[in-house]
Amino acid sequence: MEFIYEPWPWYVSGPLIALTMFILLFLGKQFGMSSNLRTACAIGGAGKVSDFFKFDWKSQRWNLILVLGAAIGGFISANYLSNNEVKINEDVALKLNSYGIESTQQAYLPTEIFSTESLSDPKVLAILIVGGFLVGFGARYAGGCTSGHAISGLSNLQLPSLIAVIGFFIGGLVMINFIFPLIFG
Amino acid sequence: MKSIIYLIVGVFFGILMYKSEAASWFRIYEMFEFGAFHMYGIIGSALFLGVIGTSLIKKFDIKALGGQEMQLKPKDKSIARYLIGGTLFGLGWALAGACPGPMYVLAGSGYVSILIVIGGALLGTFVYGVIKNKLPH
Repeated sequence: MEFIYEPWPWYVSGPLIALTMFILLFLGKQFGMSSNLRTACAIGGAGKVSDFFKFDWKSQRWNLILVLGAAIGGFISANYLSNNEVKINEDVALKLNSYGIESTQQAYLPTEIFSTESLSDPKVLAILIVGGFLVGFGARYAGGCTSGHAISGLSNLQLPSLIAVIGFFIGGLVMINFIFPLIFG
Repeated sequence: MKSIIYLIVGVFFGILMYKSEAASWFRIYEMFEFGAFHMYGIIGSALFLGVIGTSLIKKFDIKALGGQEMQLKPKDKSIARYLIGGTLFGLGWALAGACPGPMYVLAGSGYVSILIVIGGALLGTFVYGVIKNKLPH
């Protein structure tokens, strides 16, 4: 029964992501996870401040239900389907150790950043808030995130999505090569 | 009834994100270090099938359930918004180690701290909506 706890290889995971996208297309919807953030702002009354949040958010109810399901899936996986240890490349792990991230190879997320105790560290709090802010702001500015651009958009051979994905990598590479040494060095 | 279908698709997607480890901060970091094929294999194989399937849908004009058009609208043309917005997104993706889908998955997995990331993402979305008209698009 041990295999239940093993991670799924890429050649299983990738095709299942494509399947998810096609199921949503057949249901008449578009695969896009960051739209929910806009919907949540609209429900919270942000339409009073900006027209960007004035839309019929009830038409997005399906996506919020999807997100609820995703959270349930996360609960099931973490509790019943995983030993919650992610094994990565040894050299990459050593580099993370040199940054003081010692939970590498023993946890699903770095405990140095994501454990509840670490929240009392202002630096950790800043990482979480700024990281989240950039994801939310950047996704709406670019009109989509990994699901909307890297999967749906590129599948539909959209040049704008290719530009966005190039941007994702410029940002990611700048972060880990130039900003991580400042944060963790 | 339809709600249950979306809930099931969501649960499936959540398990998929967690079990593929695409929701792991470590895997995102490893991807940007070009340390393993894993994440590239996931995105690459999803795209390979995605491109084939999407072109078949267009070629044979396959309709969604109920006969409605598939949601395959072309994206608006621009460079600035995709490049700048994409770069900002990438900075956050590498820092928080989670994109929007996995954020909700991790919240369900019981990581309290991810709620702060989601809070930041909501704030970022809100600020974009407020200053949108002042930004180059």
